[in-house]
Amino acid sequence: MPKPRSQEIHWRRRLSNGLALGSITVGALIVTVPLFLILGTVVIRGLPALNWAFITQMPKPVGETGGGMANAIVGSLEILAVASVIGVPLGIGTGIYLAEYGRNKWGNLVRFTADVLNGVPSIVMGITAWALVVVTQGHFSLLAGAVALGIMMIPVISRTTEEVLLLVPQPIREAAWGLGIPHWRTIVSVIVPTASSGILTSIMLAFARIAGEAAPLMFTALGNVYWNTNLNQPTAALPLLIYEYAKQPYEQLHQQAWAGALVLITLIMLTVITFRWLSGRGAIKGAN
Amino acid sequence: MDAAIHVQKLNAWFGSKQALFDINLEVPDKRTTAIIGPSGCGKSTFVRCLNRMHETVPDARVEGDVAIGDLEVYGKGVSPVTVRRRVGMVFQKANPFPTMSIYDNVAAGLKLNGFGSRRELDQVVERSLHQAALWNEVKDDLKKKSGASLSGGQQQRLCIARALAVEPDVLLMDEPASALDPISTSKIEDLIFDLKKSYTVVIVTHNMQQAARVADDTAFFLMGNLVEFDKTETMFTKPSDKRTEDYITGRFG
Repeated sequence: MPKPRSQEIHWRRRLSNGLALGSITVGALIVTVPLFLILGTVVIRGLPALNWAFITQMPKPVGETGGGMANAIVGSLEILAVASVIGVPLGIGTGIYLAEYGRNKWGNLVRFTADVLNGVPSIVMGITAWALVVVTQGHFSLLAGAVALGIMMIPVISRTTEEVLLLVPQPIREAAWGLGIPHWRTIVSVIVPTASSGILTSIMLAFARIAGEAAPLMFTALGNVYWNTNLNQPTAALPLLIYEYAKQPYEQLHQQAWAGALVLITLIMLTVITFRWLSGRGAIKGAN
Repeated sequence: MDAAIHVQKLNAWFGSKQALFDINLEVPDKRTTAIIGPSGCGKSTFVRCLNRMHETVPDARVEGDVAIGDLEVYGKGVSPVTVRRRVGMVFQKANPFPTMSIYDNVAAGLKLNGFGSRRELDQVVERSLHQAALWNEVKDDLKKKSGASLSGGQQQRLCIARALAVEPDVLLMDEPASALDPISTSKIEDLIFDLKKSYTVVIVTHNMQQAARVADDTAFFLMGNLVEFDKTETMFTKPSDKRTEDYITGRFG
């Protein structure tokens, strides 16, 4: 009798399908729920202290209420901008080298170094930048903070860039070679544009990774209660100020720290959204 | 008759595996030559040796002499880039540059090599698309649409236009219609028929009817060896080698 047999297979398949679907759904929830809990907590705690003054005014001296984190917001933006100027070209360049010229022992060495660099604790990056920049210059500076964060961007961008460049199909490279286009020109005009959205994603990942770092800034950018936009002066940064305020025994400062965290997360999210938009926007119809 | 491509004692390897054995072949000028043979017989490898594409595969190696006109393809100091500028190639699967418009795809060979003013490029693009019988279908979307947005058959004709734009001496086609439907295939075949007026065409195909339809001469490859090379008509009616006959009559492959 074939019927009961097929009925049995049918139920077994439904059961295993249900189990698999159920477990991956639970997995997805476990990953996403804490994210929304964190976001929710930051919004609920941070929103009351967030107002126009918070993003336009300087911190008030201890004991006075009000004031804001304007110097830290601008300081963070500046550090991140300078870090990106250092990290993005070096990261993309390394990624291109690895994907296009690095199928050999030098490439393996660079790859290994990048992976190790990626695993170095961020505070060690801070010490490195301290030794490289702060000691040389003789004082703490915005530049030193940017160097620490910039170095941290390199392995993230280079390894991801390498992977997305290798995803560009071989026939596309062959099409360019077949036209007598030199390899460097093929990289610049064909391979990199084809992988551009992936490269943008790698920059975004690196940016999001470093934007929240406090440890590498502690003995580099140091922090500053005053206004600073000079590369060679110590500067305030959001993660530093959040850490500073969170340690203080005043409820008002705790609230400001939460608001600072909210601003920082918003900043990162805005960057991520901008990059998504940029990478999703094809210049011509049907591309990607 | 002048030969456009001279091949002498050509051997090719993938790592330690030899793919071509002592190939000697004179491809006639301004005619279409088909390369036929069963899968894995080395026919693709053969054409990829003609424009030094073979060496782009890791561990691949070539020995022997190839000349295209007066250009020694494997001559000392001859760069693959020089060779490939004179030899156009069309691949099995259409491979337009996905980030470029139709116009830029066709212009790529000139533009990315730093040739051509704007007006020249306009002319070349129009001429090449006409030659590839694609102009009427795309003339309104030249700069608006990506090459990847076209249908499979159109993409392949776009790739042919792209290869013709640089005015190569020789056009190599590696199973250009094997991924296409019969209508697109017949368009490509008509095209090949027109192209031999101005170009020397070498086409790899595993479709013997196609070889019979488009080619003046046919070469039969088997297990890395050139078994027989003759006028297509002779090959398909009275081949001199038993193996050619067996293959053509469908006894193997």
